[in-house]
Amino acid sequence: MNRVRKLFTRLRAGHRCGLIAYVTCGDGPTVEIVHALEDAGADAIELGVPFSDPIADGPVIQMAAQRALKNGTNIGDVFAIADEVRTRSDIPLIAFSYLNPVLRYGVDRFADDAATAGIDSVLLTDLPTEAAAEVRPSFRKRGLGSIFLLAPTSSDARIAAVNRVSDDFIYYVSTTGVTGTRNELDPTLLTRLDEVRARVTKPLAVGFGISQHVHYELLRDHCDAIVVGSAIVRAVASGDAAGAPGRAAAVVKTILDRDAPAPLLSPAT
Amino acid sequence: MTRSETRPRAGSLPDRRGYFGEFGGRYVPETLMAALDEFEAAYRNLRRDRAFQSELDDVLRDFVGRPTALTEAKRFAEACGGMRLFLKREDLNHTGAHKINNAIGQALIAKRMGKQRIIAETGAGQHGVATATACALLGLDCVVYMGEVDMARQELNVFRMRLLGAEVVPVSSGSRTLKDAINEAIRDWVTNVRTTHYIIGSVLGPHPYPLVVRDFQSVIGREALGQLKKRTGAVPDVAVACVGGGSNAIGLFYEMLQHDSIRFIGVEAGGRGPALGQHAARFSGGALGVLHGTRSMVLQDEFGQIAETHSISAGLDYPSIGPEHAYLQQIGRIEYYDCSDDLALEAFHKLSELEGIIPALESSHALGWLLRNGASIGREKIVVVNLSGRGDKDVPQIAALEMTR
Ligand SMILES: Cc1ncc(COP(=O)(O)O)c(C=O)c1O
Repeated sequence: MNRVRKLFTRLRAGHRCGLIAYVTCGDGPTVEIVHALEDAGADAIELGVPFSDPIADGPVIQMAAQRALKNGTNIGDVFAIADEVRTRSDIPLIAFSYLNPVLRYGVDRFADDAATAGIDSVLLTDLPTEAAAEVRPSFRKRGLGSIFLLAPTSSDARIAAVNRVSDDFIYYVSTTGVTGTRNELDPTLLTRLDEVRARVTKPLAVGFGISQHVHYELLRDHCDAIVVGSAIVRAVASGDAAGAPGRAAAVVKTILDRDAPAPLLSPAT
Repeated sequence: MTRSETRPRAGSLPDRRGYFGEFGGRYVPETLMAALDEFEAAYRNLRRDRAFQSELDDVLRDFVGRPTALTEAKRFAEACGGMRLFLKREDLNHTGAHKINNAIGQALIAKRMGKQRIIAETGAGQHGVATATACALLGLDCVVYMGEVDMARQELNVFRMRLLGAEVVPVSSGSRTLKDAINEAIRDWVTNVRTTHYIIGSVLGPHPYPLVVRDFQSVIGREALGQLKKRTGAVPDVAVACVGGGSNAIGLFYEMLQHDSIRFIGVEAGGRGPALGQHAARFSGGALGVLHGTRSMVLQDEFGQIAETHSISAGLDYPSIGPEHAYLQQIGRIEYYDCSDDLALEAFHKLSELEGIIPALESSHALGWLLRNGASIGREKIVVVNLSGRGDKDVPQIAALEMTR
């Protein structure tokens, strides 16, 4: 059983809602940021592979990807980051990418190198279940889980399909939209989440827009984990590199409200 | 296998999942899958719906101005080395390009689906103008995404869209051209998917777009075959079109593909030369990849990051190509070549001076190929070129260019 699946088993057993932290690899000192996020209470890390044309991302992650690409970050660097994290940590790692960089790298080669680097699961934003067979057998051979998304617009048939092929958990997109912090969660989210939850057997993580402690409070009894992305990425970018791990950690602490310091987030955009 | 066995039967592709061989498909975030299913179902019904087809035919005739003329271009043909050359005059459509054939068709579908808000991307501005026009006609709200670079070089079309009541949103990310405008349109669609239909302007994007756009553009070739039959008693020997996403080319070629004797030439933007970033020649410079929801030939670097492109013509300045083109290239049914900025400019001037027709810079690429290669075709051969649009939109850009030369 890979680390991601073990995590969700543990979360369910402990009746706890976990926190998954997203970082764009190569934007700031990623390895130190990951360790700081773990120390602050993150249960798992999504390692974002920067892509030139991130159609599912809002401005915060778009700009992070642009900076990372300017720094010359490619998939090999993402594996190097995972490798280095693994020398000190056993935290579950989920690679988060668009399909094209993976295709170009070669699906089998990607699976080999990701598994060797200690990555546990892979989520490809623009790969729907219909095309799962293009990557999943290869990932599975190397013990990597394939994670698929559900959205507010997903039909019952699609919910069933995702529940079949998503390996370690299902990523539920909280609202119709791109990534980015939001002050208010979608007003229909909780009802919809309970509906979806009743139809699936896999653990459910909820992401997109989640950036405040109140969001965590609202969601914690309705899902297995929340995913925090843009709030962390923005904190990383809003100051010097040396302070980035501390700023990222503070976001996680504020959301979990563990000895939260003064408000750290600038008003959400 | 004989030629006729490998030849795609008209209407047989894409398959049910939207693939043309290994190309095509549907690679989008989950949020959009329901909308694509809805669009596909609506289209499959309307494709056979008499009332819908006759409404479309009426609009194409009374508003767009179809059928468009077929013009024999004798003086330009001589400049190309001699042949019987016919121009399919899509430039004579209302709004000045073939783009309106698709924009009207999709806007009518959107209306039937009850979607009041339309979004579109545009490169040259022709698809944006066509979509804004269709929305004005049908009373739909219209938002057009356009890269800042393209807004500068196609300023006239920006004004036209605004006159037509559309909102034009400048896109400042990436290369600030067509690719980035599509990114932004997709982000809008993901956000407003329940109320909005996205009218893609070429045979690109996730299934069913390549199929729908091809069907709406195939009127070009259907008319041309009939007109050529009347004028020459024959089918053409060679058909030539420029290829951005590939909609005017598929539009001209599609109904002709059933004739084994016809040679098809697609002309891509050769830009300033063969280095990555200097052109938009996907077949000579690209690799298999996925961009904007479809698997096709994509200009990209060794890490799968999408490359920037260059073309003098905004409408050809795009790193991917319609999946059906990728398929037809792979099976050898269509030949693809590229035409440089300079050669396109030369053809732009030649056609203006010799025929009294100012062509769009995009269409000038098809003419440029003929200018350079026409001599090898043969004087007795019948050639048809898709004159996909008129050059009015390009006049300010050309004037500025030639002042600095
Ligand atoms: C006049 C004209 N021709 C051709 C094109 C290229 O598009 P396509 O390859 O889809 O025909 C454009 C695109 O803007 C155009 O405006």
